[in-house]
This record gives sequence, C-alpha cells and structure tokens, in this order.
Amino acid sequence: MSASPAATRWAPWVLLAPFLLISAIFLVYPIGQSIALSVQQTFGPAHSRFVGAANYRNVVADPLFWQAVRNTLLYTAGSMFVQLPLSLGLALLLDRPGLRGRTVLRTIFFAPVLVGVVFVAMIFGVMFEKRTGLVNQALHSALGWDLDFPWLQRYVVPALIVASLWQYVGFNMVYFLGALQNVRRELIEAATIDGAGAWRRFVHVIVPQIRPVATFIVLLSIVGSFQIFELPYVLLNGTAGPDNRGLTIVMYLYQMGFDQGDLGYASAVGWLLATILIGFTLVQRRFGGELPRRARA
Amino acid sequence: MSDSRTSSRPAASLATYGVLYAGAAIVLVPFLWLLCGAFKHNEDFFGSMFLPRGEGLFGIAWGRLTLDNFRALLANSSILRAMLNSVFLSSMTALIATFVCAMGGYALAKLRVRFGPILLAVVLAAVIVPPTLLLAPGYQLLFRLGMLDSFWGLIIPAAAPAFGVYLFRQASLGSIPDELIEAARIDGCGELRIFSAVAVPLLRPMISAFMLITFLGVWNNFINPQIVLQSAEKFPLSVAVAQLKGVYYQDYGLQIAGTLLSVAPVLGLFLLLQRDFVSGLTSGAVKE
Repeated sequence: MSASPAATRWAPWVLLAPFLLISAIFLVYPIGQSIALSVQQTFGPAHSRFVGAANYRNVVADPLFWQAVRNTLLYTAGSMFVQLPLSLGLALLLDRPGLRGRTVLRTIFFAPVLVGVVFVAMIFGVMFEKRTGLVNQALHSALGWDLDFPWLQRYVVPALIVASLWQYVGFNMVYFLGALQNVRRELIEAATIDGAGAWRRFVHVIVPQIRPVATFIVLLSIVGSFQIFELPYVLLNGTAGPDNRGLTIVMYLYQMGFDQGDLGYASAVGWLLATILIGFTLVQRRFGGELPRRARA
Repeated sequence: MSDSRTSSRPAASLATYGVLYAGAAIVLVPFLWLLCGAFKHNEDFFGSMFLPRGEGLFGIAWGRLTLDNFRALLANSSILRAMLNSVFLSSMTALIATFVCAMGGYALAKLRVRFGPILLAVVLAAVIVPPTLLLAPGYQLLFRLGMLDSFWGLIIPAAAPAFGVYLFRQASLGSIPDELIEAARIDGCGELRIFSAVAVPLLRPMISAFMLITFLGVWNNFINPQIVLQSAEKFPLSVAVAQLKGVYYQDYGLQIAGTLLSVAPVLGLFLLLQRDFVSGLTSGAVKE
C-alpha cells in the first residue's frame, strides 16, 4: 500500500463507523458495566446498592454454584472424551483415498449442526422418555437395555452428552477432515516405506501436522461446553431438573439474574466464568501453534 | 475436496464403509423420527417408535396418521406469527451484520487506518469475550435504552459481531488485489464507490456464507429472545416452540410438529446452499 493516490483520511472511518459505534455501545460499555454491576446487588434492572466483593464471596460460598460447576465440568469432560475422538475417527475414515460417497456422508454427519439447540432439546426431550422414548426402546432391542432408564430424572448430564454428541460430532469432524486433507501425503508414504504401522504413522506423522487445528477444536468445545444452557433448560422444562442434576453454570447465572432479578450477582458469576474461558483461550493462542492458511473442508 | 491424489494405499475397505454408513444411519434416525412424529396422534407415541403399526402397507397403520398437529398449531395462529418473526429477525440481522462486518473488515485489511493494528487487536480480543458475560449488563442496558421487548433490542446488539469483521478482513486480504483498488483510485473513484463496485463483488463468496451463518445463528438462538422479549406475539419460533412443552401434560405430537416446522426451512436452505455453508462455518479456523 505504498502507491501514490492514497485513500482519503476519513474514508476508512466511515466504513468502520457502524462497527465501532455498535461495538462501543453494545460490547465495550456492557463489559465495563458488568464489572461495576458485579459489586452491586440489584433488584431488577432499575434498583441497586453497592455491596463490594460480597457477590463474589457469596458465589464461591454457595454449594449450588459448586454443583453447577461439577455438572458443567462433567458435561465438558464427557463431550471432550466421547465426542472429539469419535469426530476424529470419522474424519480419518472419511479421509481414506478412493472412498465413495464422501460428500453425501459428510453432509449427513454435518446436518444436525443446523438444528438449533432448542429444537435438539425438543426432539430429545421426547426421545429420552422412559419406556416410550426412542433411546431406551432402541437400546433395549439392541442391548437389552433397561426400558425404565431414567435419563431426565437421574442421568441428566449423560443425557446432555448424548444429545450434543448427535448435534456436534459432524461439526468437529468437518474441521478434522479439513486438517487431514492438508497432511502431506509424501510424509505418510515415506513413513510407510520406513516400516511404520498405522498407529505409528498416526501418532508421529498425522498428529503433529493436525495439532494446530486439533487444539483449536479442543478450545472450541471447552468454551462451548462451559456455556451450555439452552439444552438442559428446555429439556427440563425451564428447571434445573430433580435435585438440580441439570444445573449448569450459565443456568445458575440465569436463575440468579433473571428469575431472582439480581443482575449484580449474575455479573459476578459471569466474570468468574469469563476469567476461566479467557484463560483457556490465551493458553491455546500461546501454545496451540499456527493454523494453516487453508484449514477448511 | 480432491479425490485425485494418487496413493499406494489400498482403497477404503468394507469395514470403513460399514462404520461410516452405520454412523450416518444413526445420525439420520432423529430426523426420520421427527418426520414421523409430526403426523402421529399423541397416543401413538406410546405404541410405536416411528410409524403406528397396523394392517396397512408395510405393516403400518397409515390411516392413523394425521394432520391434526399442524391444524392445531396453525389454528391459534401464534406459530405462524412466530415464523414470520423468526424470518424477520434472522434476515434483518443477517443483512445488517453482513453489511457492517464487510465494510469494517475491508477497511481494516485494505485501507491505511490510523491505529489499525490496535483496532485489529481489539477485534481479536472481542472475539474471545464469552457472550454469557454480556447477558446481565446487556439486559440492563436495553432496559435503560427502552429497547426491551422490541425487535431492535435483539437486532442491533447482534449487528456487529467481531468475528465477522475478522472473517471479512481475512477474505479481503486474500481476494482483493491492491492493484485493482489503486487503478480505481487513479480513475477517480471515491473510496465508498471502490468498496461497493470493486470489493463487494470480489467478497461475494464470503458475503453469502456469512449471511447464511448469521441467519442460522439468529434463527436458532433462544436465550436472547427469551430474555429480551416479553410479549408473546413477538416471540420467534425458538421461544414459541419451547413453550409448547407443558409442565404436567405433554402433547408430543404438537411439540414435534412445531419442531419440524422450525427445523425444515433451515435444513432446506442448507441443502440448497451447502457449499457456501460448510466453508463459511469452518472458516473460523483460518488464521494468519
């Protein structure tokens, strides 16, 4: 950009103005305001009083908050250790040379991502019913599974993991597939000639090359899983479920801020959550390595 | 996707096909079940997994299928209303956000902006702000602006997503040659005209992908309309359909039919435009 007729000085600002204006009002200001709110107790959006660090102290002292943290962590771990290996496995299979029907398969696996979380909750809400639900019926005829298995009464977090497995397995798969298609074939072939088996090729040749995309996917799942709200909220009819088994961190935030009207307390919860998530993101950006220029499917 | 690479490895084995097609079948089951459930009476949810069994063709009681669920949904007209609300909210947000982000991203990539690097750092920082942090202060702000219970209270805050600006910056860097911009300048083109006449046509793939992603995101969003909107006649499908769930009595047929009406348009749109979709949804993985 060193050529002679330069852009006028104001032109870029005209183009940037809508973005800057909206961001200043609806992003930067609320972030600042949430710090201010987090040291107040509010009664609805209009009335508040200063309480200092009491909100943070009360959050950390509330056993309900820790139950929400436990449920959320369990769900996040489940999503990571069930969903991501499956996504990677499917991507490895789809990446086989000469595979027929790859586009159709990819489309099918990807389709559930298009279904909104609310609608996934509507579908699985009926499918998880005891006895009449499709999940128990199918597992019963295939494995002799207990027809009365109480998904939504006792095993809420596993139910959440199953439903989001269906929703996101193909989404992560598409990312992995994009990364695999950038793996350099010569290296794999060289390793094969050197006598490396499938597992060693995977660990020593493929994994190092897809590492940047893989850490990015891990980050996306952690950040997404930590903020799960709509799925349990709709699945459990707007409640946290029996004995709060479906209570997640964001649902706790929602109940405090919008059911009970204390936006200050909710902001304190929001900052505790945001600190963790931003921490994860910075670690990934620091150590995740560069993503390749074309990491798309 | 290139199938043309030559490899000494054997072609995909039977086991590979088995696993992939079995997996795909499992993924399709909830869709099939959704399609069947929407045409079933509530009592038929108890006796059959997919379609009610009976004497008809293929052992299915075709006569027991019904359009009652759709009639009930359309009778109180709130679902139709919700669908219009969803269409309006989604397309309006998609249009405005695409416009805002395309302009911003192009300016950051191609024009010399004072403090440009700082602005870019701010955009990158904004991408990692978790949206849940903004729920409580955003609600208070909308209250103070008198924008609660209005469509604009949903549309405007969603109209300038930082990742959109970032995507359009990347797209501009990749697909708009500087020489073209300079040639237009020498011809006496103004900067805004260069944006609309030179940049926009070159950015078209990203524009359609981003519009689709934004449309889909708003269509499927639940928490924001749930918090911002209060009057039932303004609810989009996501909120209206979730309210079909009763606390005591569950009308499965009604719930499933409502869900089908909400999901089908989006799936149709996707099948029509899937090329744009997939590349757009995964383009977040592209960094410098």
